[in-house]
Amino acid sequence: MRKPSVIILSGYGLNTEEETKTAFELAGARARIVHINDLIARPSLLDATQIAVVPGGFSYGDDTGSGNAYGNRLKQHLGRTLERFLARDTLMLGICNGFQILTKAGILPGALIANNNARYTCRWADVEVAGESPWLGGITRMSVPIAHGEGKYYAPPAMLAELKKNNAIALAYAEGETARHFGLPFNPNGSLENIAGVTAYDGRVLGLMPHPERAVRFTQLPHWTLVREDYARAGKKLPTKGPGLQLFRNAVKYFA
Amino acid sequence: MTYRISVSSKVDDGRARVFLRTLQNAFPKSGLTATSFVQVYAIDAELTPEQAQEAAERFTDPLIESYGIGEIPLPREYTFAIEIGFLPGVTDNVGHTAREMIEDLTGRTFVQGEDVYTSGVLFLRGEVSAREAEGFARELHNPLIERASVFARGDMIPLVVPKVRLGQTPAADIVDLEVSDAVLMRISKEGIAGRGPLALPLASMRAIRDHFKRLGRKPTDIELESLAQTWSEHCKHTIFADPIDEVREGIYRRYIKGATKKIRKMKGRKDFCASVFTDNAGAIAFDKDYLVTHKVETHNSPSGLDPFGGSVTAIVGVNRDCLGFGLGAKPIANTYGFCVGNPLDQREFYRDESRTKSLLPARRILEGVVKGINVGGNQSGIPTPLGFIVVDDSYRGKPLVFGGTVGLIPRRLPRTALGSKKKIALGKRAYEKRARPGDLVVMLGGRVGLDGIHGATFSSVELSKGSPATAVQIGDPITQKKFSDALVREARDRALYTSITDNGAGGLSGSVGEMARESGGCEIALEQVPLKYPGLAPWQIWLSESQERMTLAVPAKKWPELKALFESRDVEATAIGRFTDSGRVVVRHHDKIVLDLSLDFLHDGRPVHKQKSKKPRKGKMRRAPQAPAASFGNSLLKLLACPSVGSTSFVAQQYDHEVLGSSVTKPLQGRGLVNADAAVIEPLASSAKGVVLSHGYAPWYSQLDTYAMAAASIDTAVRNAVCAGAHRDHLAILDNFCWSSSDTPERLYELKEAARACYDTAVAHGVPFISGKDSMFNDFRGFGAQGDAVHIAALPTLLISAIGVMPDASKAMTLDFKRPGDLLYLVGETHDELGASAYYAVRDARGGVVPQVFARKNAKAYDALTKAIDAGLVASAIGLSRGGLSVALAKSSIAGQLGARIDITKAAKKLPAEAFLFSESQGRMLVSVRPDACKRFEQRFKGVPFARIGEVVAEPMFSVTHSEGSIELPLAALADAYRSFFKNW
Repeated sequence: MRKPSVIILSGYGLNTEEETKTAFELAGARARIVHINDLIARPSLLDATQIAVVPGGFSYGDDTGSGNAYGNRLKQHLGRTLERFLARDTLMLGICNGFQILTKAGILPGALIANNNARYTCRWADVEVAGESPWLGGITRMSVPIAHGEGKYYAPPAMLAELKKNNAIALAYAEGETARHFGLPFNPNGSLENIAGVTAYDGRVLGLMPHPERAVRFTQLPHWTLVREDYARAGKKLPTKGPGLQLFRNAVKYFA
Repeated sequence: MTYRISVSSKVDDGRARVFLRTLQNAFPKSGLTATSFVQVYAIDAELTPEQAQEAAERFTDPLIESYGIGEIPLPREYTFAIEIGFLPGVTDNVGHTAREMIEDLTGRTFVQGEDVYTSGVLFLRGEVSAREAEGFARELHNPLIERASVFARGDMIPLVVPKVRLGQTPAADIVDLEVSDAVLMRISKEGIAGRGPLALPLASMRAIRDHFKRLGRKPTDIELESLAQTWSEHCKHTIFADPIDEVREGIYRRYIKGATKKIRKMKGRKDFCASVFTDNAGAIAFDKDYLVTHKVETHNSPSGLDPFGGSVTAIVGVNRDCLGFGLGAKPIANTYGFCVGNPLDQREFYRDESRTKSLLPARRILEGVVKGINVGGNQSGIPTPLGFIVVDDSYRGKPLVFGGTVGLIPRRLPRTALGSKKKIALGKRAYEKRARPGDLVVMLGGRVGLDGIHGATFSSVELSKGSPATAVQIGDPITQKKFSDALVREARDRALYTSITDNGAGGLSGSVGEMARESGGCEIALEQVPLKYPGLAPWQIWLSESQERMTLAVPAKKWPELKALFESRDVEATAIGRFTDSGRVVVRHHDKIVLDLSLDFLHDGRPVHKQKSKKPRKGKMRRAPQAPAASFGNSLLKLLACPSVGSTSFVAQQYDHEVLGSSVTKPLQGRGLVNADAAVIEPLASSAKGVVLSHGYAPWYSQLDTYAMAAASIDTAVRNAVCAGAHRDHLAILDNFCWSSSDTPERLYELKEAARACYDTAVAHGVPFISGKDSMFNDFRGFGAQGDAVHIAALPTLLISAIGVMPDASKAMTLDFKRPGDLLYLVGETHDELGASAYYAVRDARGGVVPQVFARKNAKAYDALTKAIDAGLVASAIGLSRGGLSVALAKSSIAGQLGARIDITKAAKKLPAEAFLFSESQGRMLVSVRPDACKRFEQRFKGVPFARIGEVVAEPMFSVTHSEGSIELPLAALADAYRSFFKNW
């Protein structure tokens, strides 16, 4: 299988590029981390790339609004480059702060505002696949961690209707394994219609608040030591992979 | 030209909601019904009106926000408005980002004097009086760093530009030390011309005077300040270093370093230490290619004044200790600890007799320090898998704020630069460094202002009315993140520098002074140092503790490459001098020499202070009479409701512990989300190895015996680590002593005893100290609400942080009961040791003996557990600590959301049930085991005391049968009590 080439942006406080790179490599892609200023200096780097990722983090400390300053920088210096990139049959992913950045840069619709509890929240949640996207094939539900202060999805009514019409609501928080296990509310932030992720460009661009890259290993699961007991008692071998990996495998498969 | 841009939310606004919640909680009787919030940007820069409008558009997301330029748009309905902004010179991170956005937009860098200043305006709705609004303003701001103004409905809100204007001539002053001892001491206490304490003892002041007399000249202010910083208790750890009684080499060398030396010798070829005590952090082997480092710092005094700023700085500061280890370790985990007064305590304290400078309420201190690590840790993208809160009245005067950082560093630099064939440094050791004569002195990161001046000397004294406001700094995690990425991902592996250290206490004077020892001297041109604003005197530039700075030694031929790299990462790097081998530190300011000191005098000129200790008189008290057996259940519920025992989940849930994808065991474990005392991370995706972190502390025991306190702290840290899956033969520890009144002979005696316990216990367990820190004056001297003199001394506190490496992270263990039918074992011996226990605290009882540590015996039990865990025989394990067996049982039950049926009548033997249930005897663990593994489990515990005490049950009931009756409680009652104290936080 031909390995697709992935560029993961970094800089100004993005901070999940390394685990994102690991997840893509586990899935069989060639991934490299590129500082946004290096991409601004050499936009042609994107020409030989199939997948572009804006990972999670705390770009510019969320000052002036989460994702705002980085989103503006992206739009001003790389707006045309990204347009060209997306005109090809490519994939793009925005995780957490990357999702916020892509909304501020005008690539994904909507906005992410402060969680209902008005506090940074780190826990696991369950999402179900609601829309269609090359990123999501073969996934119906998955448990993934979230870690954000401004992850509550917002879109005005007309935009929401448009999203629905285009089947662009990709992921929704749903009552599932981890929320039930810990007795936590399934919608962790008060998102409109439980929206956890949306798509654009016919599903090729996906933005999501949860972190699938932190759910690629069995021992990342929040209750794996309990599951281990069940495996031990049943005399079964422990799994090694986590539920988030499929998303990255899908991206690799898309270019196979 | 000054523009004012106001941005308001059009949709549900989270910030307004936080303000409303805060105010309604703090003022439950007020008529406040709603708030709205406007973010204000005051832009003091040459912009065209079109550019200002474009900036406003960029600050605004039109989907959810709207903006105005000029007057702040007033809402139709409100009673009062409160504007809160920063005082001049205080770090304004949002302003910093706004400025960068404008620079990006215009393509023009701001010139000196141009800047963006932010503030927030909160509009209040509901029936609120002017007096109430003033009260709200006081609740919402900290006058040491912020300004707040209240405006009645309809009042214009004036534009404020808090620009720093220093009306001084920036030159060095000469100080006359040919004065009486009394005047010398006044200079030491109040500082040169009242600038803030030098905090030197008379003998040191005399030594400086005599030194300059020999030189035939008078010292400059910068020389005197520099010596005070370098010789401070904070930097030289004088109390630990100087002789005390018969311990001539000092307690640090004998007991702490001595223990490590002995253990490493005993271990021989199995020694896993790589770097101990010499660098900014300690390091042990991770595998054949990598080391892991650990360092824990405290930031107590600043956190007492500005809890938020102090705590951000605590964590980003210790991150720099990690970055400054060897040639730079990558931070991979943060830890925290807060020792605070009871947040429900309403008592008022003042720093001055006229009662104008009040201490912040205990609740706000805790809120602030929690938020500080939230911002500092989360924004830096470093996971926080472990931490704790201790609540005790003795921390009301000065909180203890611990921040720790674990790092990962390759043993050797790569042989070739990434993506190039050029050979670099041929695999030079990454954990060693040495500045060479001729290397440039390069300052990296933020600019220098008045922030944090006198931080090092200030933390060496008590918190009192003279505490300088400039001792407070606010961290800027993003500036640090930018250079952190560039350092450990790029510059280090391209071998662009030969040495690096953090600018922490004492600023440049500390970092450059320290690195100059590597090469043998340095020459600095202070006017090269980039400043936040003009007008700083030379001594201020040299001593400033402005945050987010590192100092590098850069070979001249690498300088262009390094400078270009950092420029491309938007990080300022400035050459400010050269390292030399002249044996001197020479500092110039515009060609005038303002400091010229020999390295010898600077580092070793401090006169040794012979300390004498005295055993305090403490009468032994018989243990309190036993409570009726019927009260045990209620006592257990009370224990679980204690803030030092119960859940602090609100903290773990707001600290990212998943970032970097390395989390293996979580800070909150089991269905019931119970706080763990250890965490396992898997730092390298390519390796199955895990790093185990744990903590141990028992400050309460200091009331009776500091030897027992220190021994218990170490034993607890080891036990917690082992219960999570650590191996004792690959486990190291760090010590953080936080003492009080350390200039009294009685406290010194207690310190010596604690240090002796450190040696004994560490050696018995074979766990070497690899790094440590001490903070000796955690005292508050001030005044109560009636103007009465008050002295609050923190309990002598020792935090032990353990770090170990386990071969297979998938063997990691958690504390939650897993399945009904699993059998419960209590490992270790219980004694009648209720002295200073949590149980006695909730009963308000006195007397008794504190738990003793029998480390060699305990070690055997720990090793047996390790073997059982590795063999897959253990379902859950928890170390017994505060609250004893009863609390451990309850925690594992709550975590597993499973009941337990216990019978201790046989196991307790002759011990009264009260002691068996609540005694905090060390060396004990509660373990659950699936039935078919019991036999094999028990085989591994031959020669170790253990007892089978019951089983896990599905029914949500908790029952403990003992010799005098039984405790019967529904699981829900335990869980409610456990979660009660911080429920609404």
